[in-house]
Order: sequence, then structure tokens, then C-alpha cells
Amino acid sequence: MARAVTTRRKTINTVAAWAIGLLIFFPILWTILTSFKTEAQAINDPPLFFFFDWTLENYAIVQERSNYMRFLWNSVIIAGGSTFLGVIIGVPAAWSMAFVPSRRTKDILLWMLSTKMLPAVGVLYPIYLLFIKLGLLDTRFGLTIVLMLINLPIIIWMLYTYFKEIPGEILEAARMDGATLKEEILYILTPMAIPGIASTVLLNIILAWNEAFWTLNLTAAKAAPLTAFIASYSSPEGLFYAKLSAASTMAIAPILILGWFSQKQLVRGLTFGAVK
Amino acid sequence: MYLKNALCAATALTLISTTGAFADTITIATVNNGDMIRMQGLAEDFTAKTGHTLEWVTLEENVLRQRVTQDIAAKGGQFDVMTIGMYETPIWAANEWLVSLDDLPASYDKDDILPAMRAGLSHSGKLFAAPFYGESSMIMYRTDLIEKAGLSMPDAPTWSDVAAAAKAMTDKDNEVYGVCLRGKAGWGENMAFITTVANSFGARWFDENWKPQLDTPEWKEAVSFYNDLLTNYGPPGASTNGFNENLALFQQGKCGMWIDATVAASFVTNPNDSTVAEKVGFALAPNKEGVEKRANWLWAWALAIPAGTQKEAAAKQFVEWATSKDYIELVASKEGWANVPPGARTSLYENPEYQKVPFAKMTLDSINAANPDSPTVKPVPYVGIQYVAIPEWAGIGTAAGQEFSAMVAGQQSVDEALAKAQANTAEEMEAAGY
Amino acid sequence: MATQHSRSAARFMMAPAVILLLGWMLVPLSMTLVFSFKKYLPLRGGDLGWIGFDNYVRFVSSSAFWPSVQTTLIIVGGVLVITIIFGILLSILLDQPMWGQGIVRILVIAPFFVMPTVSALVWKNMLMDPVNGLFAHLWKAFGAQPVEWLSDASLFSIILIVSWQWLPFATLILLTAIQSLDSEQLEAAEMDGAPPLARFGFIILPHLARAITIVILIQTIFLLAIFAEIFVTTSGAFGTRTLTYLIYQRVLESQNVGLGSAGGVYAIILANIIAIFLMRIVGKNLDA
Repeated sequence: MARAVTTRRKTINTVAAWAIGLLIFFPILWTILTSFKTEAQAINDPPLFFFFDWTLENYAIVQERSNYMRFLWNSVIIAGGSTFLGVIIGVPAAWSMAFVPSRRTKDILLWMLSTKMLPAVGVLYPIYLLFIKLGLLDTRFGLTIVLMLINLPIIIWMLYTYFKEIPGEILEAARMDGATLKEEILYILTPMAIPGIASTVLLNIILAWNEAFWTLNLTAAKAAPLTAFIASYSSPEGLFYAKLSAASTMAIAPILILGWFSQKQLVRGLTFGAVK
Repeated sequence: MYLKNALCAATALTLISTTGAFADTITIATVNNGDMIRMQGLAEDFTAKTGHTLEWVTLEENVLRQRVTQDIAAKGGQFDVMTIGMYETPIWAANEWLVSLDDLPASYDKDDILPAMRAGLSHSGKLFAAPFYGESSMIMYRTDLIEKAGLSMPDAPTWSDVAAAAKAMTDKDNEVYGVCLRGKAGWGENMAFITTVANSFGARWFDENWKPQLDTPEWKEAVSFYNDLLTNYGPPGASTNGFNENLALFQQGKCGMWIDATVAASFVTNPNDSTVAEKVGFALAPNKEGVEKRANWLWAWALAIPAGTQKEAAAKQFVEWATSKDYIELVASKEGWANVPPGARTSLYENPEYQKVPFAKMTLDSINAANPDSPTVKPVPYVGIQYVAIPEWAGIGTAAGQEFSAMVAGQQSVDEALAKAQANTAEEMEAAGY
Repeated sequence: MATQHSRSAARFMMAPAVILLLGWMLVPLSMTLVFSFKKYLPLRGGDLGWIGFDNYVRFVSSSAFWPSVQTTLIIVGGVLVITIIFGILLSILLDQPMWGQGIVRILVIAPFFVMPTVSALVWKNMLMDPVNGLFAHLWKAFGAQPVEWLSDASLFSIILIVSWQWLPFATLILLTAIQSLDSEQLEAAEMDGAPPLARFGFIILPHLARAITIVILIQTIFLLAIFAEIFVTTSGAFGTRTLTYLIYQRVLESQNVGLGSAGGVYAIILANIIAIFLMRIVGKNLDA
């Protein structure tokens, strides 16, 4: 930063940014805090912030009632698997659109995005019938495929915009030196594209993890991920804020932690071509 | 598929050698109510007895309904046992989607099931779902508050008694509201309650020719009464309160009265969860003076087996276990008599131990006062008290529920809500070809 | 210039994605089209034969149709406006020098990681509940009557919840765009004595135009489909029934697959009108 910044100005910035950041984060913080309270403390008026008897009993109850690890494992497989498949299919497609563009490339790209606008509820019945015919109901495989298809347009688009920023001259030079297509992709393009692919992977894991329509409607017991886990806590009898908070914290914690640790990678590629 | 079956067979074989019986894994869809959660905790007893293992799919009520209906209508076959209600049972049975439970062994003692429950869960004389617990509705009130107000609650009150008590008990400065009622939109939420109010004012949903009747004076009187009661003496946000929200409010001591499901009695009198456990009295659901029908409903959460499941035998064993007398004994021995699933069996109410439970008698009286075959004063072509047992009801009820919910929120008048509900009902009935 | 060889290689590499998406679009779509011309009531025996355009006429003439289109547009528009305005302000703030920038950024993007069902449940119960919610406690502490958020300000509440979820996304994209802004240009303007508002209007905003279009495009795609937030909070009551939700009610609550499918076709048409409109803008921006 070339400009000299006064401490005063930096202090104001800091205070303002922290205030807004905490405000935005507050609902999550409140959920996490509430998960350590008893049910009675959870609805106490005035609200209790840090000074209450911290307890783990809600987590124990939730764990006893439902097998958290199985839901978690399903979420990991489905989110990870659909992203992996999506990237495998998406990278070649995005590569060819970015480096061998034709007149129709843009139309194809926009058409792909428009498939995401199909309202899921409108096609639930057909998909359900297809899944029955194919024996895919309540399988992780079936759900992985659906989530991959849902997110594929986003994957391709993200990768495309990232690849486009890679200067074509480098490739030209490599080709002059007699690099084959395979070598070109493997040794030149891939290293340069890693940040873009990384952030694509991260964004899609988040989207797949949080998808709550298909994951609920196409699973029962075996393939049910964390979105189904939450559906059994949404309005139990009596006081339930603390238990709901514990279940919510358990459902979002893995992805929150992953997101925080990798936020630099996520942010770096998350431009969708917004930057020229 | 073959590989999967072979694997199943292989696991089954190893189990045979250990338990000596053919073992299956059955998938059960159930609702996240307290009694069902308790059953999951006790399921080891079933596995120990039969060798079958259980997979639970526990969902919130609305999600559960949507999932099981979708699955059975499209023949998805994801579940071997489904938790359904009195509304679904006769409709699904008529479509031949359910396995008849008439051949359960004599030891199950089918005749012990309360007659009202059996009637509601049967289709053309055959039982298609076994009641896990049954309920009617009744008034739960705070004995301390009504005493303080200088009133008393008769065992069989009228709506005027209720209105007077609600007015006297309301103390908004201390966050005590005279009456908590369902306001949250949904055919199983506010419409269950509003329909019983309508019945007790002499109204009906349809006449003998399936013409919607929401434009009649009886409906207007009933809905106006409900609206006045709830907006004047109810808690804030009443239009989004359903069973669970009201339960939480009552347990916190914020409601003077609550007219709702009889099963709630065991929650509001449980000192672990309820701050008012010692101060709750019970009375029959009210009626309008001179109207013979009371505002009590009849409902059962029941276990049914979808036709076409591969594991019918194991599923039947499970249904038998979960709704048997032995299961009730099992819960009683572990959790006490007040926490057994109520409202399903006659023998429970003849048990001297259970008769000591404060709400036992009023629950039985309420259930016996309900008759789904004759729910209204004037004749109707349908079965069901707080619902109409036709496939279109879920849609009609929920749409009407949203209008009444908006009315309680003060966004429209009683007349507007009724007119819109009437128009929509007529539209849907016409679309269904009545 | 690409060679013939690389052209066919490119086509080959694009094929799996194109074929898969084509199948994913055409198969359910054609089934939906077929259903929409049928009387299809699963609870009354399933397929009851062809009925022409009856479902289409019935869906549009239903009193719930136009309000639901309007609700959809209000929610999508409201969320877009809020996330873009606050996203710009927030990204400008985050671009300033400060202490603990990394942590602030983590706090700001956190809502994006929360699944919609969870955020709807948390907002509905723990924040907006008029008796036990935190807002109610807050209001009471100041002696005010607690607001019944989800019934009296239902649309606003849903827009608020959804905006909270999507603000991080908008902020991140806009922040990357702002960071790519040539700081010398800004400094030059500052030295020339241009007031902050003018610097914002003439330098920052034009620079962000492209990023804003991207945010609009991506968010619109997701916002047209929001479901969990409405299902959990109001179940479509109090005027929050979007077109998506109306279709859900027809297909799953009323179990009228034919009618719901006709609704689905309308939703596809609406989505495509919006899509064409958006693509025009974005397409132009993609060239530039």
C-alpha cells in the first residue's frame, strides 16, 4: 500500500469492520453458545451470553438419538464424490471452451447455466420414478450423480472463467516447442490452473453439502446425509432450542471448519470472471 | 442387485447361526414425537427377541408426511414400516397400498384396541394400521390461575365458560395469556383445531352433495369466536404457533389454558420439562350451548406396512411388538406409567396402576366422546372429525389454514378468510371431479 | 488459431458434459410435459388419461397464481438489492487497511457455509420467535412490543434470512473485483481533489459493473429455487408463497401431479424469461 494511512483511520476501519463482522456472525455464534446451555437457560430472559453453566448434555442427547457419524459420512461421500466427478467432467469441457472457442461456445455455456433454472419441485416426480426404475433410491451413488449434475454448470463456468485468464501465449509457445496436447495440459496448464480448480472444488463441496431438496427426497436411511439429520430436530416437543442448537452445530461444523481453513483458496478463484 | 441380495443372504446366514432365526433389517419411517423417540431407545428389546435389526428414519411431521406419501404413491418401496395417521389409513387402504393386519396372532388381542381407534384405522372391516398411540383433544388449564381468578372449570365446559376463564386469567404484563390455541397454518395444525370448533358450533365442511359450506352462518360464528378468543387472550405470534410451540409456552407457564391433544397431558405434567407440572387440571373440550357435538378430535399415530415390501413378516413382527401390551409394560417398567403411549388399548385404562395417572380418565372420556363416522350435527358424506378423509383434503386444509392464519395475524377479516377458503375449496373440489 | 486437430479434440472433451446435461434437462422435462397434459392423481389411481390444456388453464386461473409470481419477484429482487448494496459497502470497508482483516473476513463469509434448513430454523426459533426469540428479548429490554416477524413482516423476514445467507457470496466476489482496482488511479483522483462520493461513482462503481452482473446472474439462479427457507419458516402462509412453493403444494400436498407439472412448465418459462434477460446483459459483459 503506497498511501500512508493514519492510525486514526485504521482504528476506525478496524472498529467498524469488526462490529459488522461480529453482527453477521452473531446468529452462528448464538447457536453455538446455546448448544452448551440447558433448555431452561436457552430461553432465559434476559439472554445469557457467556456466564451460564456450560454443559455437553445436548450433544450427548443428540448423539444418543441419532447416529451422527453415519449422516456425516454420507455427507462427506456425497459432497466429495459429486464434486470429484463434476471436476473430472468439467475440466476438459472448460478447457476446450476456454482455449478452443468456437462461435457457439458462449451459447453452450449460457445454455448450461440455464439448466440450473429448472425448478426442482417441478421435476421431482419424474426423477423419483426414474430412480425407482433404476434402483437408485436411497443410494449414495444416485444422490452423488444428481448433485453432480446440478452443480456441473457452476463447475464448468467457474473453471472456464478461470482458464480464460491464463494467457494463451504460454500455450502457443509450448506448442511451438513441440509439446503434445497431453503434455500441454499436464505440465503447463494444470499447475497454473490449480488455484482455480481448488476454489471450484471448495465452492462445490459447500453447495453439495448444503443441498436440502434432493438429499431429503431421494434418501431414506442408508444414504441420508446431514440435511436429513437436521430434519428430525426441527420441531420436537417442548423446549428444544438447546438440542436444536447442538444438532445445528454438529451439522454445520465440518463445513464451517473446512471453509475457514481454506478460505484463501476459496476466495482466490471465486471470481466467476468478475475481474478482467 | 443380485450381488446385493447375495450379500444380504450371506449376512442373514451368519445371523441364523448366531440367533437361530431368520434376521432382516427393516426400515421404519417415523415422526420425531417423544413417544417414538422413546421407542427407538427401547428397540434393542425387539432385536434381542427376534434378531431383526431396525433402521430408523426419523423426520419432523410435515417432512415425514410428504416423504411417505411420495414413496407409497410412486411405489418407491423405501420403507417397510410407515408411521401414518388416521387420515391416510382408509385412503391408502382403499388403494390397496397397505398390508392388512387382520392376521396378527391371537396373543396380540386385537379386540383390546379402543373401538374408536379401530374404527378409524380400518377399511371395509379390516385393520390396516396398528395404533401406537391415540389421542383426542381436551382442555388443559392452570389450576392455580383459575383459582386466583375466582373461577372454576367444570368437567364439561361450554365455549362461554372458556371465554370467561380466558379473559380472567390473561395478565399480559406478566406474560400470562388466557388461552393458547393453534394458529400455524396446516391441515394437521390450525385446521385440526378450527374444524373441531366448527363442529361444536354446528358447522360442517361439505353438505351431502360435496358442496363446500364455509359460507354458512355457523362457520362464520365459529371462526369469529376462535379469532376473537385467540387475538384477545392469546400469546403474541399466535398465528405461527402449532402444537410444539404451544407446548413450550404452556410448560413455561405462559398459558392459562390450552386446548390440544390429550397426549400433551403427560408432557405438561412431567416435572423435568414443565415448570407448572403440579398445577394442571383437565376438562373435556367445549361446545356451544345447545350443540350436541363437542370440539374434540380423534387421531392416532399408527404403524402400517406398505404392500409390496420384501420383508412383510419381519415388519409385522415389529408392528406387533411396538403396539403390544408387552411394549406398554416395558415402557412402564423403565419410564413409569405416566409415560406409556396412551389411547390405544382398553386394557391400559383398566389397569389400576394407570388409573392413578391424573389425566387417564379425561383422556379416555375424550376419546370415547369422539365419533369419526358422525362428526357433525348435520349429516356429511365424509368420515373424519378434524379432517375430511378424501385425498384432496391435505391440499384444501392447508390452503384454508393459511387464510385463517393470516386472519389471526390481523392481515384479513373473518369474512375475507372464509370467502377465500370457500373459493379455493370449491376450485380444488371441481379440479378433483366431485 | 486452433487447428483442425485441436477442434475435434475440444469437441470430444466437451461431449461428456454436454451429453449429461442434455439428458438431465430433456428426460425430466419431457416427462413433466407429458404429465402436464394428463389427469394424474397418485392418490386416485395415478394416470387417469389425457385432458389437454386443462391443467394449464387451471393453474393460471387459480387465485394463488399471480400473487405467487409477484412474491417470487419480490423475494428475488429484494435479496439482490440488499446483497449488492451491502456487499459493495462491505467490500469497500474490507479493502481498507485494518487490524485482523483475516479474522473479519472469516466472520463475514461464515453464513455462506450454513445449510439453508439450519439457518431458517435458527432465525425462526432463536432470533425471530415473538416470545422466546432474542429479538423479542431485545425489544422488551427497550420497552417495546416484540415484533411478530414471520407473520407481520413475513416477506421482509424471509428476504432478511436469505440475504444473510447470500451476502458473503456477493461480498467475496465484489471484494476480489475491488482489490483488482488500480490503486494509483484512485490516488490520482484523490489528489485532484475528487470527493469520496465522486471517486465511488466514477471509478469504483464502473469498475464493479461486471462483478455486479455476475452476482446478479448466479444469485438469481439460486434464489428462484429457494424452498427450505419458506418451508421451515412460514410454510407459504402470510403471502410468502412463491411459484416454487405453489408447485410444491400442488404436487406434494394435494398430490396432483398433472396440475403441478403444468405449474412446473410455467416456472420453467418464467425462469427462461429471466434467464434470457440476464444472459443478454452478462453475455454483453462477457465479450467486453
